[in-house]
Amino acid sequence: MARVAVVRFPGSNCEAETLTAIERAGGESVLLDYRATTLDGADAVILPGGFSYGDYLRSGAIARFAPVMQAVREHAEAGGAVLGICNGFQVLCEAHLLPGALLRNAAQRFLSRPVDVRIERRDTICTTDYTVGDVIRIPIAHGEGRFVADAETLAVLEGEGRIVLRYVAVPGSDAAHNPNGSANDIAGICNAAGTVVGFMPHPERLADVALGSDAGHRFFTSLIGRLATTGVAA
Amino acid sequence: MTVHVHIRVMPRPGLLDPQGQAVEHALLSLGFAAATGVRVGKAIELALEAESPAAAEAMARTMCERLLANPVTEDFVIEVGS
Repeated sequence: MARVAVVRFPGSNCEAETLTAIERAGGESVLLDYRATTLDGADAVILPGGFSYGDYLRSGAIARFAPVMQAVREHAEAGGAVLGICNGFQVLCEAHLLPGALLRNAAQRFLSRPVDVRIERRDTICTTDYTVGDVIRIPIAHGEGRFVADAETLAVLEGEGRIVLRYVAVPGSDAAHNPNGSANDIAGICNAAGTVVGFMPHPERLADVALGSDAGHRFFTSLIGRLATTGVAA
Repeated sequence: MTVHVHIRVMPRPGLLDPQGQAVEHALLSLGFAAATGVRVGKAIELALEAESPAAAEAMARTMCERLLANPVTEDFVIEVGS
């Protein structure tokens, strides 16, 4: 069975939902301490949401140097599946496993609300069970989700189809469709191979119909399905 | 020798600094209409054991590049005291 590790840094707070979402998708989940030096036999690793190290200095800046990140880096560089959700995305950017950075929301406020995002790429570790163009409504909860990168990096991301999720307008809503001022409405990106993915929305918070929607469930079934067919390290 | 180092980390020019904008608006509402271009960064102080002020500055530069500043979004200035 596909085994997925979820890292708990000091200040992580979404690890329980993430573990549950993995189990619901048919995977075996394992909680991984930030001091771990291996991935405990996991085929994939998720860096969950939260406020690792209190967001001190910059979001993700200190978690990047946690002992477990060496194993995460080696796994990523070997082609292994790595997903960063919200704070996990911030950690991946700080660790340079994904390009760019996430800055304070343009409107200064912490945003905790549903957003509509469009699936922009299907051949990644966690979006194969969606179709490109699908629009799903899942929550965001962040103060620092404004993706920025220099013009050259943005051109590479767009040119290579490395945008995974993009904010789109909510039908009938007057609210700005881009909640945080993110460049090119980017909500999530991936590396060239689609094996390292980071995004701001929280699919683990909406992965069970008992909560009113399971719009986020398929990120996890995609991941588990991929691991089942390709095995470790890809 | 112990060298006192003062590091200033600022958001890159051209990048939206919503914190600076909010502070500017607050200054305006206090009547300080003369204040423009407000930007908010961070100041970091530390004491370094180093052979010389130049060595301390080099060490501080490495610290900035690896941790204290994000090269994607921030610039830094290092001031070395005594």
